[in-house]
Amino acid sequence: MTKFRVNKTKHVDQTKTVSFNFDGKSYHGFDGDTLASALLSNGVHLVGRSFKYHRPRGIMSCGSEEPNAICQINEDTDLTEPNVRATEIELYEGLKASSQNCWPSVNFDLGGINNFISPFIPAGFYYKTFMWPKSFWKKIYEPLIRWSAGLGKSPTKPDPEMYDHKHVHCDVLIIGGGISGIIASKIAAKNNLRTILIEDKNILGGSTIFQKNENYKINNKYSSEWLDEEIAELQKLDNLTIKTRTSLAAYHSYNYLLAKENISDHLPLDKKNGGIRQRLWKIRADKVLVATGAIERPLVFNNNDRPGIMLANSVKKYLDYYGVSCGFNNVIFTNNDSAYETAVSFKEKGISVEIIDIRKKSNSKIVKNAEKLGVKIYWNSTIVNTFGHRKINSIEIMNLSEDGSNVVGDKNRINCDCLAVSGGWTPMVHMHTQSGGKLDFRENDQTFIPTEIDESHINVGSCNGDFELEEIINNTNKKVKNFLKVRETEFDNTSVLNSRELDKRNIWLLPNYISEGKCKSFIDFQNDSTAKDIKLALREGFKSIEHVKRYTTTGMATDQGKLSNMHALGIIADTAGVKMGTLGTTTFRPPFTPLTFGSIVGRSVGNFFDIIRKTSIHEWHIQNNAKFENVGQWKRPWYYPINDEGLHDAVQRESKAARDSAGILDASTLGKIDIQGTDASEFLNRVYTNAWSKLGIGKCRYGLMLNEDGMVYDDGVTTRLGENHYLMTTTTGGAANVLSKLEDYLQTEWPELDVYLTSVTDHYSTASICGPNSKKILTKIFPDKDFSDEAFPHMSYQNAKIDEINCRIMRISFTGELSYEINIESKYGKSLWEKCIEVGKEFKITPYGTETMHLLRAEKGFIIVGQDTDGTMTPIDLQMDWIVSKKKYDFIGKRSLYRSDTIREDRKQLVGLLTDDPNEVLEEGAQIVSNINKKPIEMIGHVTSSYFSPNLNKSIALAVVKSGKKMNGQKLIVPMENKNINVTVSDSVFLDKENKRIYA
Amino acid sequence: MFLINCPYCGERDQSEFSCGGEAHIIRPKQPTELSDDQWAEYLFMRKNIKGVQFERWNHAHGCRKWFNMVRDTSNDKIHAVYKMGEKPPVK
Repeated sequence: MTKFRVNKTKHVDQTKTVSFNFDGKSYHGFDGDTLASALLSNGVHLVGRSFKYHRPRGIMSCGSEEPNAICQINEDTDLTEPNVRATEIELYEGLKASSQNCWPSVNFDLGGINNFISPFIPAGFYYKTFMWPKSFWKKIYEPLIRWSAGLGKSPTKPDPEMYDHKHVHCDVLIIGGGISGIIASKIAAKNNLRTILIEDKNILGGSTIFQKNENYKINNKYSSEWLDEEIAELQKLDNLTIKTRTSLAAYHSYNYLLAKENISDHLPLDKKNGGIRQRLWKIRADKVLVATGAIERPLVFNNNDRPGIMLANSVKKYLDYYGVSCGFNNVIFTNNDSAYETAVSFKEKGISVEIIDIRKKSNSKIVKNAEKLGVKIYWNSTIVNTFGHRKINSIEIMNLSEDGSNVVGDKNRINCDCLAVSGGWTPMVHMHTQSGGKLDFRENDQTFIPTEIDESHINVGSCNGDFELEEIINNTNKKVKNFLKVRETEFDNTSVLNSRELDKRNIWLLPNYISEGKCKSFIDFQNDSTAKDIKLALREGFKSIEHVKRYTTTGMATDQGKLSNMHALGIIADTAGVKMGTLGTTTFRPPFTPLTFGSIVGRSVGNFFDIIRKTSIHEWHIQNNAKFENVGQWKRPWYYPINDEGLHDAVQRESKAARDSAGILDASTLGKIDIQGTDASEFLNRVYTNAWSKLGIGKCRYGLMLNEDGMVYDDGVTTRLGENHYLMTTTTGGAANVLSKLEDYLQTEWPELDVYLTSVTDHYSTASICGPNSKKILTKIFPDKDFSDEAFPHMSYQNAKIDEINCRIMRISFTGELSYEINIESKYGKSLWEKCIEVGKEFKITPYGTETMHLLRAEKGFIIVGQDTDGTMTPIDLQMDWIVSKKKYDFIGKRSLYRSDTIREDRKQLVGLLTDDPNEVLEEGAQIVSNINKKPIEMIGHVTSSYFSPNLNKSIALAVVKSGKKMNGQKLIVPMENKNINVTVSDSVFLDKENKRIYA
Repeated sequence: MFLINCPYCGERDQSEFSCGGEAHIIRPKQPTELSDDQWAEYLFMRKNIKGVQFERWNHAHGCRKWFNMVRDTSNDKIHAVYKMGEKPPVK
């Protein structure tokens, strides 16, 4: 046992030694320790350097508010984790941790020079300094800032650990397992409510669990003993789920909460067993009880940041809970009674302690108790300076003036090795405000407390501003009864012995004889903001707390200002001479403590990142060496390389084969919507730009769909299967949106129409066969069918059977070739495909992918919605006037086609481009200009599709160009990084302008 | 995240729904007879109120029905849900 481990407690098992490593040195702690308590038991206070001035910093607290003791855990660069609070991580065998933000080491840090030049780096230093000279930015300032920025190191490889999500519903959720949370849980669970209690520590009990003080008794027992019994009873309740090591991250509206459960973070590496590391609970609660407690405030005085300066209640926890004395020559600096509990604890163990109290006196029981134990108290005094480089060794105190605005009398130096500070308590109102709750300011102890308005949640205990034990128990009992509509509870007649605090005095910034400019009175320890910085910001004109926060970076570190926000507000109010309550607070945003990315994404990684949709023919594509392309969620064959063919060679071969003999495409992914009802034709008339009423049964028609703003939204072929029955196809990526849009119009604008929509995309597989030999292949598959132009004309459909299986054949073409699509129930898709391949062998049928499909349609100048259009193209811009009905009274988007903007003649319009050098292939997205000499050069358009056409033996491109319609034959330039490519505007149809091939 | 009381399915999680913007904007019956300004008023102009707002919502991952909702955008309180075609509750 080290000399600092002065006390045996039941929470730390001193028979189980745990070895760990900090900054390369080996230490021992015990089972039950945190990294912080184990370090303190070894006398280690110095654990890090501050962010800006690189000042030595020590452990300050024992919880999530810790600003200084943040460590890098795990040496392995693949698994390492930065910004872990030493006060929260439970010690395990083999734990390796190191300090952050110091170079080369925490004991000797070169960045410490910032401390000496600190007069030159005030608030807003970065904004002011790195403005000039401009040329310094790229070479000097930016690299320097990047080198010094950031805390800790990120892991270098994907996280190998597993994370989980869990959805739960409950009647009552209680946040916080301290005394009020335990009372609330017991009342809720005993009244037949499904209750969940979450607590971020590994055991329940909060700060009462180590309270063994004569002045605080419940039913004549020490409060810790009383609470132990309550906790033991709690474990027996059936409808109560207790989740320890679980911290609330976010409290959203309608009582939807996120909590992170640590499952294996506290286990040694060899005991994790590859299980789940953390689980994110997604909780929907009927009622929420917030019992998150309060955080102790530090005091703001000169050099208040040395290692060894800690929060008083944390010092008490280290002593009474972990059995570790933070010092042997302690001084307590306080403005309230709670710190006297720490003094009493020290004194009872025979450890030296003195108190400096800024109050003039206090007559409460606990103070009298301390005096009786012989604790020396300096009333009406303040600390004006502290000394000791790597750890505090002495302080200097002076008396306060009557009004507390100044110091008077002589300086008095006191030696100490630990300074326990208490500036009162701040209720943790984060959860209340996250849920939308408002705050009231309470003058007498300068706290923001929740305003209760919401019926679905309440705050109980010290997070509600109840700091006295008696109020905590009685008010919690009363409020919970009201909230849960319970008549009586076992806590109704609890007797509480309570030392009441009677005298209060709060000074946000303690006065000093040293001039303000020379004081380093820290407010935000992690971000190194001082009282001076706040005052400077005010002098420079910042008034809003939100602006001061961002200018000085107060409250913007990983601790999110848990210790600093109140002091910043207090000093602003004092300096500006306004009431603190009128300033408001900065916004509390989730998460309360940092969340790992892993816990946020849960199982949605790798193959589960997004849904993968495969056609029924997918296996065949894999067996035939297809390379795939993601289209929406679909995996579509991109091209089918033979041997070591690359993309270009494969596409050239596939494209040629499709036009010379036969090609086959898996078109199953195209969206398919079954439309039925007596008003189906009228409905299509209203949603497509062209006319549908006269389409004969068994005929197909291409349609263009606009948004109400007149811009092209989707396209596809729709087939009339019967009098009141159509099958609409949509683009692969647009299918879901088109269905939603059609449903929207049907339900909201045209509810009188008798139309029913059903998505059948997944129900049918489609094999599309094109090329001059496609008819022969179809004839072989369907020997009884007459495929002559007269019996089966272009743009028509017929039912057919393969081996007794019904299918639909559409003679439609997306390539400009003679082409047929066979639709069959998905379960037969692969068999159909294999049959087509088998039968097509003698015609060298070639499977082709999306790349070839794009090339073939580009040769014909057919647009692809989403590639050649981008939501700013009207059908007129696309030179597709022919498809816009002039006779129809209305359709979606019609009125917008003659708005002043859409009739402009200099809109970007779709054209073809031919490069002067037929072998030069343009880059898609490349910009187009007409005059390269007039600067600034005006961009008049861009390339939307570009390919080398094997069938034309030259490069072709589609582009959108301002006033392009009138430019046919005109020379333009496509400037590239190292050359200018000369192009000529052409018709957008490059191949078979007469459309003869569809009748081949 | 809200709990939304779908008028057809009952109370469901917000993740099942999508919002369709301001409610009670009726598509003009005779668009061709409107001036550019009148058409633009229908097409583009939305109120985006801080406070009580009438909105269209769709139970996209449920019954796929559209309905209307009265929501206070300042505190996300949902005051009413009602079916398409039904009269909005008075403010």
